[in-house]
Amino acid sequence: MTAPETHKSAAEKADPGNRAADFGIDTTARTTGEAIRGYLRGLRSGELGSLPALLGLAALFVLFTILDSGGTFPSLLNLANLLQQGAGRTIIAMGLVFVLLTGEIDLAAGTASGLAAALMALHLVSGGNMLGAMGGFVFAVLIVAMLVAAALAIWVRVWAGAVVSVLTAVILLIGAPANPWIEMLLAIGVGVVVGCLTGFLVARVGMPSFVVTLALFITWQGVILQLIGDGGTLGLRDPVINAVANGNLSTLGSWLLFVVAAGGYAAVKLLQQRSRLHKGLVAQPTGLVLIKVGAVVVLGAVATFLLTQDRSPGVIAISGIPYVVPIVLVLLVLGTYVLDRTRFGRHVYAVGGNREAARRAGIDVVRIRAAVFVISSAFAAIGAIVYSSKVGSVSPAAGGGNTLLFAVGAAVIGGTSLFGGRGRVSNAVIGGAVLATVENGLGLLKQPAAVVFIITGLVLLLAAGVDVLSRRKSAAAGR
Amino acid sequence: MSEPILQLRSVSKSFGAVQVLHDVDLTVRAGEVTALVGDNGAGKSTLVKCVAGIHPIDGGEILFDGDPVALHSPSDASKLGIEVVYQDLALADNLDIVQNMFLGRERGRPWLLDEADMEQAARRTLASLSVRTVTSVRTPVASLSGGQRQTVAIAKAVLWDSRVVLLDEPTAALGVAQTRQVLDLVRRLAEQGIGVVLISHNMADVFEVADRIATLYLGRMVAEVPTRDVTHGQVVELITAGRSGDLGLARPEGVVGQ
Repeated sequence: MTAPETHKSAAEKADPGNRAADFGIDTTARTTGEAIRGYLRGLRSGELGSLPALLGLAALFVLFTILDSGGTFPSLLNLANLLQQGAGRTIIAMGLVFVLLTGEIDLAAGTASGLAAALMALHLVSGGNMLGAMGGFVFAVLIVAMLVAAALAIWVRVWAGAVVSVLTAVILLIGAPANPWIEMLLAIGVGVVVGCLTGFLVARVGMPSFVVTLALFITWQGVILQLIGDGGTLGLRDPVINAVANGNLSTLGSWLLFVVAAGGYAAVKLLQQRSRLHKGLVAQPTGLVLIKVGAVVVLGAVATFLLTQDRSPGVIAISGIPYVVPIVLVLLVLGTYVLDRTRFGRHVYAVGGNREAARRAGIDVVRIRAAVFVISSAFAAIGAIVYSSKVGSVSPAAGGGNTLLFAVGAAVIGGTSLFGGRGRVSNAVIGGAVLATVENGLGLLKQPAAVVFIITGLVLLLAAGVDVLSRRKSAAAGR
Repeated sequence: MSEPILQLRSVSKSFGAVQVLHDVDLTVRAGEVTALVGDNGAGKSTLVKCVAGIHPIDGGEILFDGDPVALHSPSDASKLGIEVVYQDLALADNLDIVQNMFLGRERGRPWLLDEADMEQAARRTLASLSVRTVTSVRTPVASLSGGQRQTVAIAKAVLWDSRVVLLDEPTAALGVAQTRQVLDLVRRLAEQGIGVVLISHNMADVFEVADRIATLYLGRMVAEVPTRDVTHGQVVELITAGRSGDLGLARPEGVVGQ
């Protein structure tokens, strides 16, 4: 049998000598000018990415700084507050990016987060005695639901989802005592349980995600009401949970965070660049990479310096980077890594880009589609911990209202496509910053809620419009 | 004449009461392009899907390197080195060329893909096929032309040390220059020792690149002849009537009289 050898040798023979000639543009690193021209060409053909959102954010900052005559908006206190206000829903949006990437939607992410918050608060308030707090029947239903979710997760081969679901049921069954860390674990577990149920219905049963999550949106709202009671509120009186969204790092901690985050970013980027150049792979021009890294380090240093100053208007000093910043950063790095560097992330993009191609390539499409809902709901639960901590209590309205609108809006405004296949976790962070700024700025300008709602809605509409237009443009540029 | 890689012997396939393939014989040789022609509904696509492992065959046998093989799933076929490039290409627009070529078979650990290895291998494969039209292997497929997409889809099939590559209408939607590129590529595949099966409606393409022409007519293999022994007109007659002079079905009654 000579055929494979012939093939191999032909492939190797053509190798090093001809390569440079065949892929001249490919192997040689581009100059900065070429890279910028290439980027502009991409913009014109609809590859907008986060650019509109970043420009919008800058415009909003300038606008509110000018309009707010009292000078409250640009004050350090308000900016730190803005971070804390927006963080919870931004985290929900970060999880939602995974679902949007596969071309689906999770309308229940908001109320699922509310459910996680409610169970967390109930566990804390009842000192771990959930059976006593909710009654035997509801408790039994809850445990059964968790075990069913675990079984369904096994069916769609989302092993992590099954393990966490069982773990969550165990926490409730053994009546673990109230402890802030257990509460947070419980909340995330509830998110995973919800995600397993949603993921199974969408991926295995094949129901449209729009309908499944719309139905569950209402269902979870009912469950929250059942757990908390009409008009009731559960207080989160625990220093650790309270600190999540209201606490700040010490000055030393803030600078340590800066060193770890900015240093880590610089190290990863520069090492990657060196290895790509060394191996003769497609690489950005080194100058551009250095500028990017430099900008991040300088901006990070400035922000850290400002946030470590005393920003309190009163006597008691408030300083340090809010805890929500490292929380969002960790989730951002984690999400970006999973999407960019792992096989799972690659398959998420493939399912969103061309589901049939993914299926033919041997990708377990059902598992991927189910898993993104588990991730989305788990992120929603983390978001719930943050926003409940900010408020200090959980009411039956938790996660309802415009929580979901904000989350979807944040992802889409940041540049994640509603059609699937295009988007990054960082989009949600940038979009979340835009929406939080709109809300915060309009509030300071003493605008009524009506105006805030209308403008937030219109910003979302605008972002979705940009998404459609850029998609049409890139389709036209394709052939 | 080089040795056969893939042989089909009296392969039959029915869907319910409808028999789509009747005792079809086909031989695919290393280093040769075998054109598979036939009118719409002649059974070309079914034949390809049987070889690809998508449809199990009802009767007959498939030999690979002279040994009978059972093809129950697409992965059985790809394990043997049989790759199919479907008409709709099955590329993900939002991924770049490297990502598409390795889709579902990524290199590296599941939790840390080896991008450098994949990029180099993709570039080597494209270079070995003398593909010069693609500026960067990191270009998203969405921004490629039809011919370039076809090139990527074919290169993807070659990447896996394939022995047999089946191409379903690779030039159907392409312009003149792009068709040229793809046909050159088809020839180069054969030169690398791969057994190529080209499904096409375009006689000009078939006569240009094929070494042998196999004609299906209503689910029967009516002729499998070297390209140089037949004329354009004869092949068209075989496709439309199932016979042409001495070639094809013996008498018209042969078709009717099951």
